[in-house]
Amino acid sequence: MKLHEYQAKRIFAQYGVPIPEGDVATTPEEARAIAERIGGPVVVKAQVLVGGRGKAGGVKLAKTPAEAEERARDILGMDIKGLTVKKVLIDPAADIQDEIYLGMVIDRARQRVVMMASAEGGVEIEEVAATNPDAIKKIVIDPFLGMKSYQAIGVASSIGLDKSQFRSFSKIATGLYNAYQGSDAELAEINPLVVQGDGSLLAVDGKMVLDDNGLFRHPELAEKRDVDEEDPAETTARLADLSYIKLDGEIGCMVNGAGLAMATMDIVKFYGGSPANFLDIGGGADAEKVATALGIILSDPNVKAVLVNIFGGITRCDEVAKGLLKAIDEVKPDVPFVIRLVGTNDVEGREIMAAANFPTATTLAEAAQMAVAAAKGEVNS
Amino acid sequence: MSILVNNDTRLIVQGLTGREGKFHASQMLDYGTNIVAGVTPGKGGQEVLGVPVFNSVAEAKAATNANASIIYVPARFAGDAILEATQAGIDLVICITEGLPVLDMITVKAFVDQSNTRLIGPNCPGLISPGQAKVGIMPGNIHQPGKVGVVSRSGTLTYEAVFALSHRGIGQSSVVGIGGDPIIGTKFVDVLALFEADPETEAIVMIGEIGGTDEEVAAAFIKNHVTKPVVGFIAGQTAPPGKRMGHAGAIISGGKGTAAEKIKALEAAGVPVASHPEEIAELIAARL
Repeated sequence: MKLHEYQAKRIFAQYGVPIPEGDVATTPEEARAIAERIGGPVVVKAQVLVGGRGKAGGVKLAKTPAEAEERARDILGMDIKGLTVKKVLIDPAADIQDEIYLGMVIDRARQRVVMMASAEGGVEIEEVAATNPDAIKKIVIDPFLGMKSYQAIGVASSIGLDKSQFRSFSKIATGLYNAYQGSDAELAEINPLVVQGDGSLLAVDGKMVLDDNGLFRHPELAEKRDVDEEDPAETTARLADLSYIKLDGEIGCMVNGAGLAMATMDIVKFYGGSPANFLDIGGGADAEKVATALGIILSDPNVKAVLVNIFGGITRCDEVAKGLLKAIDEVKPDVPFVIRLVGTNDVEGREIMAAANFPTATTLAEAAQMAVAAAKGEVNS
Repeated sequence: MSILVNNDTRLIVQGLTGREGKFHASQMLDYGTNIVAGVTPGKGGQEVLGVPVFNSVAEAKAATNANASIIYVPARFAGDAILEATQAGIDLVICITEGLPVLDMITVKAFVDQSNTRLIGPNCPGLISPGQAKVGIMPGNIHQPGKVGVVSRSGTLTYEAVFALSHRGIGQSSVVGIGGDPIIGTKFVDVLALFEADPETEAIVMIGEIGGTDEEVAAAFIKNHVTKPVVGFIAGQTAPPGKRMGHAGAIISGGKGTAAEKIKALEAAGVPVASHPEEIAELIAARL
């Protein structure tokens, strides 16, 4: 689950990281009032859960409260990569002398949390990793010891901070680590961490992605999920405990199991079609879950055919077939279906589907080719 | 022969009194797996499916001399269950549970790595040595005893590959689901080494997916250390970047972990990669 910049920075602040004393506005008038209270120049920043806000014109400097109101008017309602801006953050403009990157991620190969820092702040870390990997300094954190101050000071020194800043950098790095651990995060970034004219450090931009599996420990964070920024079908799927990701193809896919669902998308592509979605209905596909899944797939107007690929393991294929028929009867889809059932009692399952006049397939290759033909309007026999 | 589980496996089921645990325990018993104990704190002294229940893994091990444990407890308690089994000195721990917080797993994995316990999973279907022992949630009836070892990050996709192998009369020595999470106990290279050392395994199927770099590491290992034929498959060629494809570990992030990179690494190591799941069995048949 992604958090907005202002949410991430407020969490960082709870752990002792200095952040600008700004506030969030949903109207231009509120933006003006916040700018008046701050006094002096401010930055108006779109709060959307995508990268590249600045390039899209979603971050603007304003010298006066009147200007802040105007900039907020420009930015609120703006479309950034398909998302509508509904909130802006008004922060005092920082006195930027230098920009640092500071981030925490999980390094899968090392199986550890890793802190990364670079003197090249203000640009995306992936870009630095590609162009100047030596500029990125890493600390691998021992899960039993946590982050130690000598590690943070070592990084501060290696990225060229002045020794007068070691203590404040260490406090920020420790705060970020504690915020990361305390929120069950997958990613926490301060970019840039600004060195101001007086030498003090300030977390000007923040980003946080939380581990969905850890949210049960943080009901107060789970409430911060911004469903406005999710695809509505993905929200429905999440609430129904289905795993759904919308793609831009024409063949809707309903599959049990994540790996098989990906393999099904791939084989659709292999035979010249394009998958409309990833959808894993999980184990024990009962009629209700299948009906919800069907509804989600068909809510995408691009879908021209649906491929159902179920491996009946402990769930028997004849039961899956009955569940499917019940769900189809409920949803009454108007696009062609291709059903592939394989595994335990698959012959009986296919007989049930065939008796109800649904094209069935034995192999995945055959099913994918039939679905591709059906999406092109060719009739399956 | 087989790897990891066999006729000598003496299994504990952690979470035997729960719905999932009880259902899958009955399936495992039907297959012939030797389940010697169940563990549920506070329910010691009961009997479920004819299996005695204990309050702790240590008590269960002391009473039954168990050497393996399978975990079906909910995600918020599963990390604790792995640590308990590890501290009780169980040789092989299999965690079926999906949804463990990744920061929990980092600590758990670090602890397990300092012990003599091998962990499989979490978020995995378990493992089976056909005809000997089924320690997991896979349908036993699709498997046949034989000479092909299968290792996979997926569940149903593995069943699909096994089904196709059995359909051609090609049996399996052992089938190991290592799990779809970013932090897992046993990786491809560990299982590849076991199959390479198993005299009865003659060929290996390795099923990977997007996310992480374990397939690339495995490719390098195969090139240098595996003499038996290996056939690969990688799911997620059409997966978009930045999206988690069902499994917590199946995500292309920062441009890393794509199917294309993994396929390239495997092919460079001399491993033929099937273009779709049914082709796995064809490629194996041609190499036996």
